Amino acid sequence: MNIKEIRAQFPLINNQNIVYLDNAATTQKPHCVIDAFSEFYCNFNANPMRGIYDLSVAATDAYENVREQTAGFVNAKDPSEIIFTRNATESLNLTANILSGTLKEGDEILVATSEHHSNFLPWKRIADNKRLKIKYLDCDSEGEYSVESLKEALSEGTKVFAIATVSNVIGRVNPIREFAKICHANNTLICVDATQSVAHMKTNVIEDDVDFLAFSAHKMYGPMGVGILYGKKELLEKLPPFLEGGEMIEYVSKEKTIYADLPQKYEAGTVNAADVYAFGKAMEYVKKIGFEEIGERERLLTGYLFDGMKNTDNIRIIGAKDSAEHNCIVSFAVDDVHPHDVASIFADSGICIRAGHHCAQPLHILLGIPSTVRASLAFYNTKEEIDFFIKVLSEIRSRMGY
Amino acid sequence: MDKRTFYNEVLIEHNKYPTHKHAMPGCCYSKEGINPSCGDDLIINLDIKDGIIQGGSFEGDGCAISQASADIMFDLLTGRSVAEAKELSAIFSRMIKEKITDEELERLEEAGALMDISHMPARAKCAMLAWRTLDEILLQKI
Repeated sequence: MNIKEIRAQFPLINNQNIVYLDNAATTQKPHCVIDAFSEFYCNFNANPMRGIYDLSVAATDAYENVREQTAGFVNAKDPSEIIFTRNATESLNLTANILSGTLKEGDEILVATSEHHSNFLPWKRIADNKRLKIKYLDCDSEGEYSVESLKEALSEGTKVFAIATVSNVIGRVNPIREFAKICHANNTLICVDATQSVAHMKTNVIEDDVDFLAFSAHKMYGPMGVGILYGKKELLEKLPPFLEGGEMIEYVSKEKTIYADLPQKYEAGTVNAADVYAFGKAMEYVKKIGFEEIGERERLLTGYLFDGMKNTDNIRIIGAKDSAEHNCIVSFAVDDVHPHDVASIFADSGICIRAGHHCAQPLHILLGIPSTVRASLAFYNTKEEIDFFIKVLSEIRSRMGY
Repeated sequence: MDKRTFYNEVLIEHNKYPTHKHAMPGCCYSKEGINPSCGDDLIINLDIKDGIIQGGSFEGDGCAISQASADIMFDLLTGRSVAEAKELSAIFSRMIKEKITDEELERLEEAGALMDISHMPARAKCAMLAWRTLDEILLQKI
């Protein structure tokens, strides 16, 4: 991998004098993704799915080809199992919403405590509305979930288990394949938030045998405004629609509605075709570099960052003690200095990092820390950038008078 | 990169060695102020007699800006009338959000050290927390 060439493909990184270490929040975009918008609007712009004329057919193709491409990207059997939404949050809300009709008072939902609020609150809401029981699966202090703890937490009434492939605070990969097996043996559906893993490792919905899987395009070099939901066909086919309106019907009269087949049933209204088209370019880009190369470089960078932080005094790293478990994400605290002050000092030096609870407040409460600072990497980051980050990190306490 | 920082000496000193950070049992007014997005959580205590602020204190956790701002606020307002306190708080708020005159800046004394935060919109709410909570006490209770 030629890092100079790679960085040249990302205009923002190339043109601005910043160190961007907030990739878990959103990644920067390569030229091919940025150019895709004008490509779509100059060549294919019509309302997809509606018109008879050639241009509308071209718009439909541009959009539908990406659905097929996405199915390949996550190894889904059938493109109709891929639903485009606004973001991962909408994908997860959609899932909770359509499943709620199948759940009855007393049924149980199990949610991993480390979940981002987007895979936490939708379940809490349907639990409240339908008087379901909601239980939480706690990780240990290093963010690990054990198979035993899941087995213990599941009961006969557990209908859904919600968990991420990788926590956006801790960075550890959860054993989704094993968890799915355990869930299915208990007749429990597993709903997976893959937002933090899709850009870094291969997603395989068939081998993992997950029932629902959600992620966002913008965290994998694609545009904002596109979310993806994979759902098993046999489930999506029998579940009710989410939003109602244009494009998602076969027939409507005053007396009767017949819904469209998958996937249109779940895509009401005019779709975000240009962004989806650009997302296709992002997947192409990732595929071209390949997860093997990406993974290798990111492991190297994560290890380098982790070691640098470990050797800095008065830094507390959140989660695993082994850098191999961090997958581009290292959250931490600096003794005596509030995370927002830490982030402001970094900002002052041109380093972009995140501070706060990272939309995972229940996890922070479990770990007994109100908020943390998070540095998150992508393969386009460099050792030089990490050196600079560590240098500023080591100066923070003295800059705050300690 | 511009090395100018709003973490100046005044702010750092007030954060590290606050004079007014303590409980105040039996005070006239107490109010909690929270910045939900960053977790700053302060309790503002205030003693007012005959329309004069006799003293005040704050408790709770937050970033250096929220802590220093609260401490500086009580330095400035102790001994002032409620009317004057409202006026100074309004000037402080304008300093953070917009711009104030040199004359007004002088009236804020040490609180003027927080002026540079106006360049950091993301941190304005940290600087404002104590003052906003004080305003709520002054508006609601008096």
